[in-house]
Amino acid sequence: MRKTLAIFEKEFKSFFYSPLAYVIIAIFTLITGYLFYNLLSWFVEQSFMMTMQAQQYRQAPPKFNVNLHLIRGYFGTLAFISLFILPTITMRLFAEEKKQGTLELLYTTPITELQVVTGKYLAGLALYIVLLIPTMFFMALLFIYGDPEFLPVLSGYIGLILLGSTFIALGLFISTLTENQIIAAIGGFALSLLLWIIGWGATFTGGTLKPVLEYLSILVHFEDFAQGVIDSTHVAYYLIFTIFGLYLSLKSIESVKWRT
Amino acid sequence: MIEVNDLTKYYGQKRAISNVSFKVKKGEILGMLGPNAAGKTTAMRILTCYMPPTAGSATVGGYDIFDQSMQVRRITGYLPENPPLYTELTVKDYLMFVAKIKGVEKDKTKAEIDTVIEKASIGEVRNRVIGKLSKGFKQRVGLAQCLLNNPQVVILDEPTVGLDPKQIIEIRELIKNLKGDHTVILSSHILPEVEQTCERVVIISEGEVVAEDTPENLTARMKGGERVLLELEGDEKQVKEVFRTFPDVTAVKVNKTAGGLLKVEVESKKDLRKDYAQALIVKKIGLLEMQSDKVTLEDIFLHLTTKEEAA
Repeated sequence: MRKTLAIFEKEFKSFFYSPLAYVIIAIFTLITGYLFYNLLSWFVEQSFMMTMQAQQYRQAPPKFNVNLHLIRGYFGTLAFISLFILPTITMRLFAEEKKQGTLELLYTTPITELQVVTGKYLAGLALYIVLLIPTMFFMALLFIYGDPEFLPVLSGYIGLILLGSTFIALGLFISTLTENQIIAAIGGFALSLLLWIIGWGATFTGGTLKPVLEYLSILVHFEDFAQGVIDSTHVAYYLIFTIFGLYLSLKSIESVKWRT
Repeated sequence: MIEVNDLTKYYGQKRAISNVSFKVKKGEILGMLGPNAAGKTTAMRILTCYMPPTAGSATVGGYDIFDQSMQVRRITGYLPENPPLYTELTVKDYLMFVAKIKGVEKDKTKAEIDTVIEKASIGEVRNRVIGKLSKGFKQRVGLAQCLLNNPQVVILDEPTVGLDPKQIIEIRELIKNLKGDHTVILSSHILPEVEQTCERVVIISEGEVVAEDTPENLTARMKGGERVLLELEGDEKQVKEVFRTFPDVTAVKVNKTAGGLLKVEVESKKDLRKDYAQALIVKKIGLLEMQSDKVTLEDIFLHLTTKEEAA
């Protein structure tokens, strides 16, 4: 446990020793902030117009649901931006060790591969949670000036973290395959994107393939979280993929020893 | 302390080492000598559990490198050829991290780090970022890492490569100081280094052990006779005749220098320097210089490794 923690601590610190973490946080905050502003403006404009319209026809003013019309969409946006930003977090985790030859240190000290993989995965996840903190301030604005329901916001964040966990585990695996960080980032992004779009094929297929493709789609599982529903099948989906990614990473770094 | 039995490693079709066997006693410094790509690093990587051998076995401190890999790693310190450093960390943070993954107890960590910092004399750079350090300091930080947790076995892969002469001497001194407390294996392709620091030498060529002995014994074994180098002034024919009069002389080589002097190399069964001098003076040949040429480890090394190539 102490060794896993040592890896976690070192990796997490390393993000901040290079400009990478700051660049990622800045870009993520900028883009999510901009999109939040746009969504909010659109929402305010729409509700204003609808209210005016209702007044004209002497009807009761319509009720606007912040959760339904703003927060839900915003979580979708956050998930989409995460798709692009997470591979840049995971790319260096193993590729850099390979390039610098520090894997030789890890392989010859009494630390297990599982401890290394777990430590690195947790560091990636922790940085992702740090990334999400500024968006929580945006959400807080809604609570200050409006009264959205709290639980869907909470479930949305749980969903985001689970989604991030899946992308990080898969990105980690890609990073074990190469010593080139750019390739690790592109590979991680491609694999994540594949999970994102795989459900689209379901529309044009039938029979047994359709439910399989639908199940594999990472988006389908995310929608419920954004609506405030925590369904155990969706949680299971993310956990399975996370464990799968970590398992592949583990096998991948173990296999380096056996490659002849 | 270390026992290596018939280690063989293939990389695909290519054989890196084959049937390598040797033993290292507790507290001894063993030098592993061989040209580049002879299989030194491969042997070391197997001993440090970085990768398993294709065939054969080895034990370190009584633990099998394959079945008890974690125990072996616990008692072994390893410095690979390129020191495994996290360049973005400071020296102190880096050693702290290594101490943790090596499982140094929490309350002993600080003292342990101070000890290795002192041993490797890197106190002045302890708060600096590793990436900004010179090659010599990086190597020492690597060495400090390797000595953390006071390992019984220390394995150093080309520890002095890329250092300046002063740094080389310092690192060698450091290694010599490890003797007794630690069992050391050290690889090198530089002969004087091994001659100076090691008690026993294993010479590896093309993946096979071609010789194993103390540096002195190896030198003695090669020393079939005395070799003397002379610089003379005189007639080439006459010079040759002088040396032929000695029955113990086995070979005479004469080269003319640009200045008309003669460079002579004489090999004999015993030391005949006095007799040479007398004989040359009697014949009125100018004796300008005479020196005994000792057979060095270098000669043995070249002899053993080139013989291998010819075979």
